[in-house]
Amino acid sequence: MMDSKQKMIQKKNMSAYLTKIKSFFLGVQGNNGFFLKLCVYSLLIVIGFVYLYPLIYMGSYSFKSLEDLLNPLINWIPSTVYLENYMIAFQVLNFFPTLGQTLYVTIIPSIAQTAIAAIIGYGFARYEFPFKKIIFGIVLITFIIPPQVLMIPRYVFFNELELIGSIFSFLLPALFGQGLNSTIFILIFYQFFRMMPKALEEAANLDGAGNFRVFLTIAIPMAVPAIIIAFLFSFVWYWNETTLASLYLGNELTTIPIQLEKFSATFDELNNSQNSEGAQDINEGISMAGTLLSILPLLIVYIFTQRWFVEGVDRSGITGE
Amino acid sequence: MKQLSLKNKKSLVGYSFIFPWIIGFLIFTAFPLVYSLFLSFQQVKLTPNGIVTTYVKFENYIYAFTVDIQYTQVLLRFLRELVISTPIIIVFSLIIALLLNQPIRWRTFFRMVFFLPVIIASGPVIMDLMEQDVTSIPSIEEYAIFDAVLSNTEGLFHTILTYLMENLVIILWYSGVQILMFLAALQKTDRQVYKAAKIDGASNWECFWKVTLPTLFPMIIVNLIYTIVTYSIFALNPVVEHIQSQMFEISTGFGYASALSWIYFLVITLVLVIGVGVLILGNKKYR
Repeated sequence: MMDSKQKMIQKKNMSAYLTKIKSFFLGVQGNNGFFLKLCVYSLLIVIGFVYLYPLIYMGSYSFKSLEDLLNPLINWIPSTVYLENYMIAFQVLNFFPTLGQTLYVTIIPSIAQTAIAAIIGYGFARYEFPFKKIIFGIVLITFIIPPQVLMIPRYVFFNELELIGSIFSFLLPALFGQGLNSTIFILIFYQFFRMMPKALEEAANLDGAGNFRVFLTIAIPMAVPAIIIAFLFSFVWYWNETTLASLYLGNELTTIPIQLEKFSATFDELNNSQNSEGAQDINEGISMAGTLLSILPLLIVYIFTQRWFVEGVDRSGITGE
Repeated sequence: MKQLSLKNKKSLVGYSFIFPWIIGFLIFTAFPLVYSLFLSFQQVKLTPNGIVTTYVKFENYIYAFTVDIQYTQVLLRFLRELVISTPIIIVFSLIIALLLNQPIRWRTFFRMVFFLPVIIASGPVIMDLMEQDVTSIPSIEEYAIFDAVLSNTEGLFHTILTYLMENLVIILWYSGVQILMFLAALQKTDRQVYKAAKIDGASNWECFWKVTLPTLFPMIIVNLIYTIVTYSIFALNPVVEHIQSQMFEISTGFGYASALSWIYFLVITLVLVIGVGVLILGNKKYR
């Protein structure tokens, strides 16, 4: 009798302990336990490492001299900080002139695309007109048309106008809302301007401001976040575009990613033109230094503006409805 | 009467705002679309006087499927990779978004890491990384297991596994935007619903399947479309490369390249329709 009672109490105690331990590790409702947190953090860290692994690899190899590369004992940390790779990559990429050209062919179309997307998005968001739904539907559908289908006729068209090799082959489509991923930018502005209170516009109208003045003096200053987001995204997408760039820009203009594509060819050329005394073959270190140099400007931009990129996805509003 | 004219005026102003888009669409999208369809039925010759075309019926299309073995091969390879990668990208980005939605520290930092590839991933950069073999799983121990698994599997499963192992990092790199879209949707879902479900005795696991997943369903479709589109227009895509190389081939030229790009367009559209259709049908059954 006594025995079974004791057993009962013991059992109760045990189960109380168990729930305590369980709640510590697995968490009670709404509150995460230690075990779950450990899982979440370790998963995030491991996956984060896999994400960054190519970058870490690039960074490490770009500082390795030839001896370090050949030495099997040296894995991650180079024996000395060897900057020669960067010097060579710098020359091969022809860094500053190329950077200048890249900025030229990315920033100008990006500005044009942002401006026009704001105008179009405003039109869709604030006005009612016949066939609006259909036109908006077409805007969305254009997103799935692959640029490869439009590439050839546009090339023929620009060739006829002798615009191949000039920035206009990039700028003109952007200027008319047909640039890279223009649909997304129109959507961002559409979403943004829809949330703007109607009362503001009406008040301005009563004060005698016309429709276009309302847009310029009230809507645009309010849309600064959307403008920054659209500009940054379009900057990055134009920068990374190589297929269209190499086709439209021809030999007159080049961008850093295109230079990177031809990296080893340019390297050999440079080497042959110099005397064969100090000639060397391209190695991993040099090519990794080149790759890292080519993404460096984007990395710097990203570090300062990452907040906007993250917000941009929120603001696109596709998540809202 | 006055009301109507005001309304008319308003819609005119509306049109004037979207006017640039209409013009641009006609010149830079609609016309090229029709023109490339036209070219795809032509033999195109570049002469000093301009472009000379001769009508060849379906010759280009027939050539693509019968003579140009390389094209069907790259197209099939692309399709296989797309079918393998898309579900992985979507499931993976959903998992990451769920993890990031937990109350954790350094969320901004993790978000920044997962979004980073969107910024730096251009064709040549990924090309370089692939050449250095850093796109596969970065650890030797796993290779031992991986080898054991590989030697015990055959056929289709084998190819899928090999492809996955070799390109895992790149596949994961495609999911930056998708993660943030899922995360934004998760943060907008109503906490009250979860509380109600919890009171009714639902576990976290049940909550995920009964509450989270259904609310995320529209996002899954958006992400599916986004993934397929971005995947198929990426510069390293073998089909894109093939089309571009055919463009300046003298024997084939613009006409043939246009036909190829149209086949590609139709294939992508078909994949999109099937993908979205399967999701919607599956969702109906699931409910």
